Amino acid sequence: MAGHSQPEPDSSHAAAAHAPAAHGAGHGGGHGHPPEPGFAGSPWLVLAAWILLAAGGGLLLKSFPDALPFAILLLPLLGFTVLAVFGDAIRDQGEGTGACWLACFTVLTSFALAVTAVYRVMQFPGGETGLRFTQPYLGYEWIEAGPFRVQMNLLIDNLSSVMILVVTGVGSLIHLYSVGYMSHDPERVRYFSYLNLFTFFMLLLVLGGNLPLMFVGWEGVGLCSYLLIGFWFTKKSASDAGKKAFIVNRIGDVGLILGMILAFYHFGTLDLVDLVGNATAGTEEGLWQFGPITTICLLLFVGACGKSAQIPLHVWLPDAMEGPTPVSALIHAATMVTAGVYMVARLAALYSLSPTAMTVVAVVGTATAVLGATIALVQTDIKKVLAYSTVSQLGYMFLACGVGAFGVGVFHLFTHAFFKALLFLGSGSVIHALGGEQDMRKMGGLWRRIPWTFGTFVIGTLAIAGIPPLAGFWSKDEILAGAYSAGWKSLFVMGVIVALLTAFYMTRALILTFFGSYRGDAETGSHIHESPWIMLGPLVILAIGSATVGFVKIPQFVEPALRVSEGAHAAPHGQWLPIFATAVAVTGMVLGYYLYLAFPEIPSRIYASARGVARVLENKYGFDAVYDRFASRVVVGGSEEVLWRGVDVRLIDGAVNGAASLTAAIARSVRTVQVGRVRGYALVILGGAVAVLSYLLWPR
Amino acid sequence: MSPTIVQHALLLSLALFAIGVVGVFLRRNVITVFMCVELMLNAVNLAFIALSRAWGNLDGQVLVFFVLTVAAAEAAVGLAIIISIHRHKDTLDVDAFNIMKW
Repeated sequence: MAGHSQPEPDSSHAAAAHAPAAHGAGHGGGHGHPPEPGFAGSPWLVLAAWILLAAGGGLLLKSFPDALPFAILLLPLLGFTVLAVFGDAIRDQGEGTGACWLACFTVLTSFALAVTAVYRVMQFPGGETGLRFTQPYLGYEWIEAGPFRVQMNLLIDNLSSVMILVVTGVGSLIHLYSVGYMSHDPERVRYFSYLNLFTFFMLLLVLGGNLPLMFVGWEGVGLCSYLLIGFWFTKKSASDAGKKAFIVNRIGDVGLILGMILAFYHFGTLDLVDLVGNATAGTEEGLWQFGPITTICLLLFVGACGKSAQIPLHVWLPDAMEGPTPVSALIHAATMVTAGVYMVARLAALYSLSPTAMTVVAVVGTATAVLGATIALVQTDIKKVLAYSTVSQLGYMFLACGVGAFGVGVFHLFTHAFFKALLFLGSGSVIHALGGEQDMRKMGGLWRRIPWTFGTFVIGTLAIAGIPPLAGFWSKDEILAGAYSAGWKSLFVMGVIVALLTAFYMTRALILTFFGSYRGDAETGSHIHESPWIMLGPLVILAIGSATVGFVKIPQFVEPALRVSEGAHAAPHGQWLPIFATAVAVTGMVLGYYLYLAFPEIPSRIYASARGVARVLENKYGFDAVYDRFASRVVVGGSEEVLWRGVDVRLIDGAVNGAASLTAAIARSVRTVQVGRVRGYALVILGGAVAVLSYLLWPR
Repeated sequence: MSPTIVQHALLLSLALFAIGVVGVFLRRNVITVFMCVELMLNAVNLAFIALSRAWGNLDGQVLVFFVLTVAAAEAAVGLAIIISIHRHKDTLDVDAFNIMKW
């Protein structure tokens, strides 16, 4: 049921929620100008209906406070259902603006409710496992098969609190932004219905109280990712990218399913709280000792690799940039791709029992961070730079988890959601201004033309580069500190290198886009315009977030939910590290400034002298080529030659046709016996009689 | 009844049976074939009677009555078929009756 909660005046989060909520509501009323006949006649009617609904829902929630998580969860689903069922009718009546606002309202309301829920979680006495909603709302047995019992229960604790705030908060801003970004698209009702469906599944993923329920959300976001990457499916590259994302994710999901099965086999439960409870009672497995817990963790990590774009399953994420830019911001930067990190953090107690799995997570994360950061150096498409940056930052999060600083990983997830969504939306604003141009070589000098976009993009760049006191600095510093104090000196060094590269390639993207002189064609150049307020508003809010959320003590906040003592986090490290990290970031940015603004002829010279390295990076280390060859040779070739021509045609068809032709051949040769001449038959009878008699009478 | 006579009777029976078999296979006229079949039946009858006497058991003789009855019925049906075929084919050559095949 829809519900618009009254924000609690004594909660800082609730107060923060009020601003965007009011923001959306105010413009919901204002969407009458330009006047439109669409969406149930008058926009005021819509607003009135919504207020009624909100009041009714609020009253309901007041009497059934435990229904809160379900209200958070089901509101976007309600929006999706309405848009899916009435979408065509809405579109045919007007231009679908009402539908867009409806989608925004559901998520905004969900956000307001999420703030209320988080407020209640923070008030929860003890705070050990947080709120746990099971009975009586929807808390029935979902699956009941012998010992395998799965409840339809939701779990809100400190960890999922952070996640639902990100999903609904950043999600709301991106919904609002999309209203402007997609305003010219005739299919935007479909777009918003997918966006709402995605929000629902993402909330299900982070709120699900057991692995199967989480898995439903996991698959659902994968589906929505596929639908939204291929949103402009008439473009071949977009539909291909969608398929690629879907298929690569399925590979990871095999691991996830196997991990779940094994977890049930080993622990007898898939409920997250029980699972973690059992794990905390377990004993640690030795390094490189592949016991059940290590196997479970590694299999689940395969799923996380698929969803969170880690080596070797990272290849889908850069291609996913074929989707609309707000989708890249929401799904492929802020929320869905962090699902793997969320799952690993959620099962922190399990992972910390297996040094092997932790090592694998840390090493894979670091390798991915290096890979993403280096490839981002040579990308010319602004969204591709951000995509590889996302790959790299996700690697950073796994590095944090792998060295035992799970809370810090979630912290980086949190800050990254802000600044990466900001950067993506900023790039979307640039692309919007340039009428669809994404190649940074055809940009430049835009800062004067689109100052608001420029300003927010700078904040995002500084945040991701790790310049204090912006958000990225705090989380990145803590990750490096975690790696350092966990004794992973090599990973620490790699992390520092990645931090340097991050600052460098983001400065490069910033300079190529906004500084220097405009390099595109004059026709596009004459049409450059700042984006409308509905796009700039979310940018500004996210910029403020990127600047400030670093001060939120996320690691300390989520720690009770992780059920694992963060030794690495607590260990003291020298005061030099923040200064060192800042120095590294500044070095990267200054380097970027020198190479791309002060002496712009140097990069091409470096490029020419290091042709081999550049080619390796441009080929993205050959992952795509190898996979392509594997797919075309082994999979397609094997299917054609072995499975189709060999097994299917020869073996199966051969067996079926062979049985038939064998019968026919035998019949053909035997039927000559049947001549129809009576004496012939009689002769055979005689022969038979003689044979039988001689057998019977033969002296033995 | 001495064993020698039984032996003679059986030998006669065998001879009659063999003549019947040869007749069935070698003769083409369907009436002749039919008569040869009857001959074989009666050869068997003779063997029944002889062995019945030899072992002082009446079972064989009872069986002969059955065989005679069956032979009579067979003759009635068989001759009717022969007449019917003859009307269609206008011949009595068994080799002409070869349409019973696939």
